[in-house]
Amino acid sequence: MLFVILLGSSFLIYNLTAIASDPLEELRISSDPNAKQQILVLIRSLHLDVPPPLRYFSWLQGVLNAFTGHFSLGFTRSHESVAAVIGHAIPVSIRLVLGATILAIVLGITIGIVTALRQYSRFDYSMTFLSFLFFSLPIFWVAVLLKEYLAIGFNDFLYEPVVSTPWLIGLSVFAGLFWASILGGNRAQVWLRFGVAFAANAVVLFTLSETHWFTQPSLGPIVVFAMSVGVAFATTHISVGISSRRVLFGSLSVSVVGLAAYFPLQSLFTKHFSNKTLLILFLGALLVGAAIGFFATKVDRGPAIRTTSIVAFLTFGIIYVDRLMRTWQGYSETDAVNYRPVPTVGESNSLLEPGNYWFTTLDNALHLFLPTIALTIISFAGYVRFSRGSVLEVLNQDYIRTARAKGLTERTVIMRHAFRNALIPLTTIIAADIAGVIGGAIITERVFGWVGMGTLFNKAIGGQDLNLLMGVFFVTSSLALLANLVADLLYSALDPRIRIGK
Amino acid sequence: MAKKKTAPATVGENAIELQETAGLSQGQIVRRRFFRHRAAMVSLVSLLFIVIFVFSASGLRFGSDRNAATTPGWWPYTITDLSKMSSKHCEEGIVGCPTLDLIPAFIDGTPMNIGKHPFGQDDIGRDYFALVMRGAEQSIQIMIIIGAIGALLGTVIGSISGFFRGWVDAVLMRLTDFIITIPTLIIGAVIGFRVGNLGVTLLGVFLGLFAWTGLSRLVRGEFLSLREREFVDAARVAGASNTRIIFKHILPNAVGVIIVSVTLLMSGAILLETGLSYLGFGVVAPDVSLGSLISQYQTSFSVRPWLFWWPGLLIVSIALCINFIGDGLRDAFDPRQKRRITKRDLVKADNASKDS
Repeated sequence: MLFVILLGSSFLIYNLTAIASDPLEELRISSDPNAKQQILVLIRSLHLDVPPPLRYFSWLQGVLNAFTGHFSLGFTRSHESVAAVIGHAIPVSIRLVLGATILAIVLGITIGIVTALRQYSRFDYSMTFLSFLFFSLPIFWVAVLLKEYLAIGFNDFLYEPVVSTPWLIGLSVFAGLFWASILGGNRAQVWLRFGVAFAANAVVLFTLSETHWFTQPSLGPIVVFAMSVGVAFATTHISVGISSRRVLFGSLSVSVVGLAAYFPLQSLFTKHFSNKTLLILFLGALLVGAAIGFFATKVDRGPAIRTTSIVAFLTFGIIYVDRLMRTWQGYSETDAVNYRPVPTVGESNSLLEPGNYWFTTLDNALHLFLPTIALTIISFAGYVRFSRGSVLEVLNQDYIRTARAKGLTERTVIMRHAFRNALIPLTTIIAADIAGVIGGAIITERVFGWVGMGTLFNKAIGGQDLNLLMGVFFVTSSLALLANLVADLLYSALDPRIRIGK
Repeated sequence: MAKKKTAPATVGENAIELQETAGLSQGQIVRRRFFRHRAAMVSLVSLLFIVIFVFSASGLRFGSDRNAATTPGWWPYTITDLSKMSSKHCEEGIVGCPTLDLIPAFIDGTPMNIGKHPFGQDDIGRDYFALVMRGAEQSIQIMIIIGAIGALLGTVIGSISGFFRGWVDAVLMRLTDFIITIPTLIIGAVIGFRVGNLGVTLLGVFLGLFAWTGLSRLVRGEFLSLREREFVDAARVAGASNTRIIFKHILPNAVGVIIVSVTLLMSGAILLETGLSYLGFGVVAPDVSLGSLISQYQTSFSVRPWLFWWPGLLIVSIALCINFIGDGLRDAFDPRQKRRITKRDLVKADNASKDS
């Protein structure tokens, strides 16, 4: 069925664009004496003398030859294999949007749930306003603003990395308001929380600024351990509840193991570190976490293993980020970077000498910085609104009242009863988003100068390159159909009340 | 804190609800709730203001480029007028900056002033206010057309396939999949290439014909789950026809979802149009839209920031207003929605229950 749809729409698009474009246009009006010759060559190589509906079948033949092992998407106007060109572009596109998509989903759903739980609070109102604002921003507009104020502004700040007093007070007031409104409570509690958050933020910022932390950032084993303990408490609280002492004990042991592994890991983190090793280490961390969870509990081991694995994963992540942060100073001192570490365009700094894993990784990460923020801002608003709406809807249902009446804790009611059911309508959106993401970041790629699928698409339309266009279309539409199929299956698997067909 | 209040609050809530809904039709309740939604009302008024302001400034204009019907507007300049670059109030070496000054004299020393070119001038001397107004007019037209067509098609197709299921659903959903696979950019490019600059009406219609897919999937999902609910069974047992069940029982329950996604669709439409024009596939020169203005002048941000700010701010405010209106409508339509209960309401309800 899906196959038929692809066939139909590819046929339609092939003909539409073939009719709507004239690949010879440029050459016809050119005054080059060789133009006639070039037109003939182009006609021969692209089979332009064959009418489009028939030409479509020769294109289709190339695709169908996948079964005989001679898969081909044809050639571009400059005689490159379309499949190869797209093969280069896909990883770039994925790299560009993957982080932003995950970040938007996680942040959006979290904030959506919190606003639903604190409906009509100040936090809810401000988040509603913010998400509507973000939803209304054109990405190219945001991108220009980010480049101007975030990248260039931050680079200028790094010349003299001292947080001025107005900024210090402003940021601290913001932090105070944020935490006070998110935690809620009565008036005295709100003021107390505001005060604590304000003071903590001010002290931390002041210390960071005075110690020139911004030019040589690092966490160090103590902060890494403290963060890991924080992660352990938070994860345990959300995952199984802080009252299960054994799981909490397991998570805290993971943090201790993390601290113990901190120094041995540093010797592994050399210049010749590779992503393969990184993957192995992450898997190792998961295994260690699972083992600790297994031995920490005697009954009901599943949730315990889940919790400790998450803690181990995050702890290792923090250690890795710490190492990356300590690369910062050396990185910004290289000639290629020249003390302006936040880039505004491009996928990577081509002047940077290869060979140092940490420099390259940091460079890639920094080039992702602005696009990721821009894409997250744009797509996160949708998730906030949808998850807020669906959590509110679920919280009004009778089974939530039943769950509360049974005497379950608020955490269990929210995480086990409300959250899971609220996720069902979100699957559709997430699936569609992930598919759209591969071919969808056309404007973002253009603004930030990345050469991914979006750029190819744009180039194909602008340069009237039919084969290239069809290649891009083939990949993106297959992905979109696949995602829709997955969403349908997930939808009926998650909600047994839904019947599709008879 | 919540526990202590529970008993009186429930009494109060019920009394308030009774008091609010006594003797009112569904439409009246919805209208009342909507008018009470402050953010939505503010947005509605601002949106109306923006629309009237924009459309009256440059005059109305319908049809394609060649045979357009126009009415005059109150702004003296048009988008083709070239006037002399003025450098009054500008910083050293910059010409054509905005003459608009909304800060009164006692703050910054210069009196409030609209001036000859309130939004400044572009690099060749065209009046930027006229350009922005014209661009906004185009963008709003496209947005309304896309929203209307998308809402109609999406609701009809989604509800039919969700309600009847079976082969109807299969056919319609395959059609939806089919449309989803066709990228909007191609539509824009094809229209742009084949028919030239048709004017925004046709561009909007074509884009609208491809913009309903997301809505129809959502509506279908809603119908699929609503049709299994007890009240639909009850209606069917009572002998209600399919039409009656769809329009009287399921659609009112799904209308919240529909309205929210239509507003999202409309605010998405204005962003889609600006995006297309930004890439050069939507509204093309010599005509302008908000997107093409930003695209044209984004490189001049450091020298002439106003060329970048005005169209952007207008896009953001239009989209923001629509989103808030949608939020207000959703709250108003949701039959389960509970209004935030204030202390004054409680006192009022207490008095009311004592009286009766």
